[in-house]
Amino acid sequence: MILSLGPQHPATHGTLRLVVRLDGERVIAADPIIGYMHRGYEKLTEYRTYPQITTLINRIDWLSSFANEVPFIHAAERLMGIEAPPRSEWIRTILTELSRISTFLLFLGEMGLQVGAITPAFYGFRDREYVLNLIEAVTGGRFHPNFNRIGGIKDDLPWGWIADCRTTMRKVFESCDTFDNLVLQNPIFEQRTRSIGIIPPELGAAYGVSGSNLRASGVDWDLRRDGKPYLAYRELDWKVWTHPDGDSFARYWVRLQETRESARMVLQLLDGLPSGPLMAKVPRIIKVPEGEVWVNTENPLGEMGYYVVSKGATGPFRVKIRSASFSNVSILPWLLKGVYVPDIVTILAGLYFILGDIDR
Amino acid sequence: MAADTDTAAESEAPADPRTALLPEAAALLERFRARLGDAVVDAQPCFGDAVVRVTPDAWLRAARVVHDELGCDYLSFIAGIDWMPTPVADDDAGSGDTSAPVQPRDTTYGVTGSEGRFQLLARMQSTSTGAGITLKTDVAEDAMRVASWTSVYPGADWHERETWEMYGIEFDGHPALRHLYLPSEFDGHPLRKDYPLLAREVKPWPGLVDVEAMPGEEGDGDDESAGGE
Repeated sequence: MILSLGPQHPATHGTLRLVVRLDGERVIAADPIIGYMHRGYEKLTEYRTYPQITTLINRIDWLSSFANEVPFIHAAERLMGIEAPPRSEWIRTILTELSRISTFLLFLGEMGLQVGAITPAFYGFRDREYVLNLIEAVTGGRFHPNFNRIGGIKDDLPWGWIADCRTTMRKVFESCDTFDNLVLQNPIFEQRTRSIGIIPPELGAAYGVSGSNLRASGVDWDLRRDGKPYLAYRELDWKVWTHPDGDSFARYWVRLQETRESARMVLQLLDGLPSGPLMAKVPRIIKVPEGEVWVNTENPLGEMGYYVVSKGATGPFRVKIRSASFSNVSILPWLLKGVYVPDIVTILAGLYFILGDIDR
Repeated sequence: MAADTDTAAESEAPADPRTALLPEAAALLERFRARLGDAVVDAQPCFGDAVVRVTPDAWLRAARVVHDELGCDYLSFIAGIDWMPTPVADDDAGSGDTSAPVQPRDTTYGVTGSEGRFQLLARMQSTSTGAGITLKTDVAEDAMRVASWTSVYPGADWHERETWEMYGIEFDGHPALRHLYLPSEFDGHPLRKDYPLLAREVKPWPGLVDVEAMPGEEGDGDDESAGGE
């Protein structure tokens, strides 16, 4: 029997169509069909100036849009030989980690929903709001901040924000404990996710699976620590979490630990925030010198990178957008082979992808 | 005086990041050259990374070497580049004028150059050491095909499907080279530089109600009173 899930279905996490061939309740073959939201960003970037492009690219992964801006801005800055002042780099780091927390809080709730528990989803949405409030207070936007500028950031932190942020981080620790007790320790959740959708580390890497999904397969690799130095991560004391199992449970466990770790990082960043200017000296009309650069960063969903080719004009010649979810989802045909129908949903939820991040 | 500052700048200032090469990338490049010396057309440092251009025949062999011998187990992406100059990207991105035909002119290629219009680009990395390498190869315009990497990196499957539909580069040995993003009946290869961005073609704004010409414009029917009152 052929079962077509989606493109719009509560179990598909967006407009993803999944055509699965079934033998009884077992999946023989699965074919994910994407492209329903393809907006042609790589083509559009060729018709925009560099400052205009940030408004486009933070729509790629709309749950952590601030984190999307950072690698592109870094690519432009690197090509121009500009270095953003330390204070702006630290504020960028804070906001990147806040978007990671808000993205993961939603995941921690949503994953419960996929195994039939409705309550965690409400908690997830509620707790994410606290973090979005913080992002809104700084950038003015809840969804699409567009706060990065080539050479720095738009504005300073508002008065009293640091105290608010500390309070909210305490709330984040509390909600992590709630999810720990409510979802992770739940025997039903364990039965539905343990040994389900196991990604072997070598195969995951060859598919380009990255981020928490790869760390849940035991690969101790995080671009914040192992990539080229970027933002303020080198100056923080933190830990990369891995889990040896590689199943859906491990992916939940790793993200829960990473949410706590990010909150700890934000607290450290607030303590050590340097003073100084927010913008480097940047020409009025931004023309980026000829050259090419590859910048990849550890975004909430995994490795996000931009290969920018410039020919010295006000806009790029070619931008290759390497989005995390694209590679994370490309392993699905292999991963879904042999599982039962109800497990399709938990595997999809555990991989945690954003359709905009696949479709670009 | 000038000479003094020059030497001071040379000794104190760090090397230009554009032409710098990280030690681990240099080691990778050296091993790659030793193994594939005859197939390496050019190799350049680029912001710490090694960008290596290989001959099209060696594309699959290069992937095997990178994966099996250099330990780059992680595939970041495979993509294409169309080096044809465009009036838009070359002069002013803001104007967005795609109606003018492309004028032939000297093309500038990337750091490793290219012999033709189309180029393939791939990035691999090691998850244990963090060292990475960028590979490039030229694709001849009259024979747009190279060997598929799906046997080495299974993740190449989707990347090659995307490159095929966006640039028209065929991959020999790919299990199912079909459309990924676009509908199956889609005609053309959108990321080629000569494919117009249809959203920028001049057409009347659909929400425009007031279609009356502005005073002084052709066809306002009242030339005498333009700017009057």
